[in-house]
Amino acid sequence: MTLDILVPIILTVVGSATPLLFAALGELVVEKSGVLNLGVEGMMIMGAVAAFGVAVSTGSGTLGIVAGAAAGMAMAFVFGVLTLTLAANQVATGLALTIFGLGLSALLGAGFVGIPVAPLAKLAIPGISDLPVIGPLLFAHDALVYLSLAAVVGVAWFLKKSRAGMILRAVGESDISAHSIGYDVIAVRYRAVLFGGAMAGLGGAFLSLSYTPLWNEGMTAGRGWIALALVVFATWRPWRLLAGAYLFGGVTILQLYSQGAGVAIPAQVLSMLPYLATILVLTIIAAGPWKGRLDAPACLGKPFRPST
Amino acid sequence: MSNNVSRRHFLAGSTAAAGALSLGGASAFAADPLKVGFVYVGPVGDFGWTHGHDLGRKAIEKEFGDKVETTFVEKVAEGPDAERVIRQLASSGNKLIFTTSFGFMNPTIKVAKQFPDVKFEHATGFMTAKNVSAYNARFYEGRAVIGTMAGHMTKTGKFGYIASFPIPEVVMGINAFILAARKVRPDAEIKVVWVNSWFDPGKEADATKTLIDQGCDIITQHTDSPAPIQTAGSRGVWCFGQASDMSSFSPEYHATAILDVWDNYYVERTRAVMDGSWETSNVWQGMKEGMVQMSPYNERLPAEVVEAAETVRKGILDGSYLPFAGPIKDQDGKERIAAGEAMDDGALLSMDWYVEGVTA
Repeated sequence: MTLDILVPIILTVVGSATPLLFAALGELVVEKSGVLNLGVEGMMIMGAVAAFGVAVSTGSGTLGIVAGAAAGMAMAFVFGVLTLTLAANQVATGLALTIFGLGLSALLGAGFVGIPVAPLAKLAIPGISDLPVIGPLLFAHDALVYLSLAAVVGVAWFLKKSRAGMILRAVGESDISAHSIGYDVIAVRYRAVLFGGAMAGLGGAFLSLSYTPLWNEGMTAGRGWIALALVVFATWRPWRLLAGAYLFGGVTILQLYSQGAGVAIPAQVLSMLPYLATILVLTIIAAGPWKGRLDAPACLGKPFRPST
Repeated sequence: MSNNVSRRHFLAGSTAAAGALSLGGASAFAADPLKVGFVYVGPVGDFGWTHGHDLGRKAIEKEFGDKVETTFVEKVAEGPDAERVIRQLASSGNKLIFTTSFGFMNPTIKVAKQFPDVKFEHATGFMTAKNVSAYNARFYEGRAVIGTMAGHMTKTGKFGYIASFPIPEVVMGINAFILAARKVRPDAEIKVVWVNSWFDPGKEADATKTLIDQGCDIITQHTDSPAPIQTAGSRGVWCFGQASDMSSFSPEYHATAILDVWDNYYVERTRAVMDGSWETSNVWQGMKEGMVQMSPYNERLPAEVVEAAETVRKGILDGSYLPFAGPIKDQDGKERIAAGEAMDDGALLSMDWYVEGVTA
């Protein structure tokens, strides 16, 4: 395969992986704090509609991105009030958040169907971006792509090295212990949930401003669920998550590409691959020699009520 | 008058309404408006299929004013919900009900048996009954027009086709396109990518990119979002819209679009119910009846391309151009339709093979 075929393929994979990376990275932090938010799809689509609406109304892509993150956070805040303050069931609340987000975004976005928006500008560096191969691959994306990669570095550092990250992990592993040595479990989880919402919103903003710069009802088309699978696939580790996002994105593109090239792999089989891979990883980790190293936060999904 | 009812409220409130109306329905006065119901599979704002049917509903309101009262229920899943929604519409006094998706066929037939005095119209199906008519549009006629244009416009001789599901209607469209294109450009070929969805803008955009990367210089689609248009346009590749005029997504490269126009049919059927002349029918209408139309051609198109398109369109209108006239060979080069013959409607509606020039 020659480079002039490979470069466009890789560029397409980047586009396909970036929204997954945003949403999954946010969810990873949320789950590390012991909260399971299944509302990723709902937060993403709210981010998409808010980003699109603001970008169209103001003409500014940057304001659109900010609005996308804010809308995701607003949704996450609702989730936080219900599950953290009122200790509602996280699974049910998360599912409800997704259904709510899909409906509300359709209502808010009704006036934006059929309107185009200028796509986000590519951050091109004159001279360098025109270099063959390296130029388009490394120096000609829009700001959100670079932001998603920077976020991986940031989250990895935060969880591993920073004091706040360690507290967050402690809260996720044993909320009672963290509480008893004086950490405010609920406050830590609120911050994590809000961060997760902002990231999902950014993923949605990428969809409606860069990937396909348009608004349509239900345009996330299940990417929030893939992001949830991705967190498990990556066993709650940021760097594996980066690889997983590009792998999942790559599989999608590969199946479209092989069809166009007339390769006789049933498209449905290739569409299943990300999920098969997730199940496989789970099985191997659960049964293999790495038993017990799944790294799932011990308090994942359990409501916490501080005893007075 | 129109009522937009969300499915949930509709179902919740309808038990009471059904009871009240089953008492009052029989003694309705002649002066009461005719109630016409619509069941949609998608949202009214899909900018495609359902949007088109809703324009038809508005055409009825415009034509008859106070004499009609229309109601629609959108986003009805093809399944048990559909039967409930159709039944509620029937029992709340609607005398004419349009069910506008293939998957509503069986529920429509079932409910129709219980409401012999209500007329039903089902889109894109094949079953009829004493009070159920079927109607469909010959979208493939539009595909023949855009295929002809594509044959003139292509440099590489490769077309990209973003397809939803391998059902006869989609297969028929792919075949009509390439048959027309190969009349202009005999070595042309078409690459088909199935996205297994009617609506997934991201995947449709990705499919568009991969097809362009593989050398396709014309993009067309049988999916409902405008993402392929936008993606193709941003890469400077000509493309054709689906169901609605999608030119706002690429004013420069949107050549034309195939439009589904249900207005006339809906108005005529409503009139027939009003004057009592309604009878069961099973129609498959095309350009001649105005059910399939082309949106305005892009001004940047060379004059000879527009001319060739118009020649085909007029040929279809006067019956001299048959999109599925023989000889037609299949993908393996075997002759399926001999010269001088043409495929009949039955063969078209069950088409499950590709013609020469298709990679799928």
